Amino acid sequence: MSAEVPEATSVKEQKEMEDKVTSPEKAEEAKLKASYPHLGQKPGGSDFLRKRLQKGQKYFDSGNYNMAKAKMKNKQLPTATPDKTKVTGDHIPTPQDLPQRKPSLLLASLLAD
Amino acid sequence: MAGAGGGGCPAGNDFQWCFSQVKGAVDEDVAEADIISTVEFNYSGDLLATGDKGGRVVIFQREQENKIRPHSRGEYNVYSTFQSHEPEFDYLKSLEIEEKINKIRWLPQQNAAHFLLSTNDDLRINLWHLEITDRSFNIVDIKPANMEELTEVITAAEFHPHQCNVLVYSSSKGTIRLCDMRSSALCDRHSKFFEEPEDPSSRSFFSEIISSISDVKFSHSGRYMMTRDYLSVKVWDLNMESRPVETHQVHEYLRSKLCSLYENDCIFDKFECCWNGSDSAVMTGSYNNFFRMFDRSTRRDVTLEASRESSKPRASLKPRKVCAGGKRKKDEISVDSLDFNKKILHTAWHPVDNVIAVAATNNLYIFQDKAN
Repeated sequence: MSAEVPEATSVKEQKEMEDKVTSPEKAEEAKLKASYPHLGQKPGGSDFLRKRLQKGQKYFDSGNYNMAKAKMKNKQLPTATPDKTKVTGDHIPTPQDLPQRKPSLLLASLLAD
Repeated sequence: MAGAGGGGCPAGNDFQWCFSQVKGAVDEDVAEADIISTVEFNYSGDLLATGDKGGRVVIFQREQENKIRPHSRGEYNVYSTFQSHEPEFDYLKSLEIEEKINKIRWLPQQNAAHFLLSTNDDLRINLWHLEITDRSFNIVDIKPANMEELTEVITAAEFHPHQCNVLVYSSSKGTIRLCDMRSSALCDRHSKFFEEPEDPSSRSFFSEIISSISDVKFSHSGRYMMTRDYLSVKVWDLNMESRPVETHQVHEYLRSKLCSLYENDCIFDKFECCWNGSDSAVMTGSYNNFFRMFDRSTRRDVTLEASRESSKPRASLKPRKVCAGGKRKKDEISVDSLDFNKKILHTAWHPVDNVIAVAATNNLYIFQDKAN
């Protein structure tokens, strides 16, 4: 009875090992899951699609920013971490976080003179 | 157009590709605005347009027969350059509207002046009347009522070269839908649905991302279409929806590097593809400034490189080889030595001759067949 359980586990382990050998893609998946254990578990909509549509835009709201600052008082505001699973999350972008608006090339060349 | 008259274009592989010209700065430090984002020949191949991330368009014109400078025949020189798009900001949505030129499409010449249309889509496809600028027809709309339900986006779209009522659009899930605008005003229901069946046992976290189609192009004949996903190029017969008729591996050795490619975002790179004039060969880009050509009839393929080192006038391009594993031969390059910052995303093939334009970041390379 109890002797059957260890055998069943080793068959599963063996299959996983075989998968890694025959499928380089699955081996890569295992690597990724080791680094980001929460990947792919978020409900509602695909991370990739959101990433794609958002194109890394951060929405700065001065109201949120000032309220968060007031709440936090002396503490630091949570800043963006290079976390692949976060989409917008709880972090409040600070003015330094935001990507600079690109000046128009034409305008830049006009202003240069 | 292409392939008309005796024998048409020979297959891409039977000829010697030689360096012809390179345009752009040599500077190692590349300004983001100078990165070429699209390349397109016009219908005759006499004009070649490039668009860049800075919203500029440069048009090159092919030199005609010239007794004074006989070697300059066939060379492309700057004809015109202009600022096509400016950056804009949508204050309501806090969205920056990029000035990057996504696509250039040449219009058939109506009069002495040449016109071109430069454009930018994810969830909708709109049809514009060229003289009405404030309204358009919406032909496809896949935006769900609740954005949380969004499962796929439109990645590329193209009109059929001969049947103006037919268009195809590809998705981030690796599917292609063919729509006929005659059957309904809103083409949310497709006439044909192309998808290759997937082996469920081989499915991984990466499966959907690498199946996302980055480009779709009809053949000049209008009988086939080609799609580009992350690792391969597929040719589909419009009469067969169940699977592609050909699959060409572009850089299969990257399959065992998907984890790193996901981490450095390269897995989201959008490579384009193109047909030669007679539809006998196809071409697409890769990393390390490599680009690949596949001869459809002989099934042979070649890897070439766009580099300043092999940029001597009329110098033949040497085929490249990537070593996927095991012992690396003398002229081979190992997968780990590839420069993933040097991507060739945009290539164009002259509609008639064996002349190709390859965009390597901020440089435009033009190669010709020795026989030209």
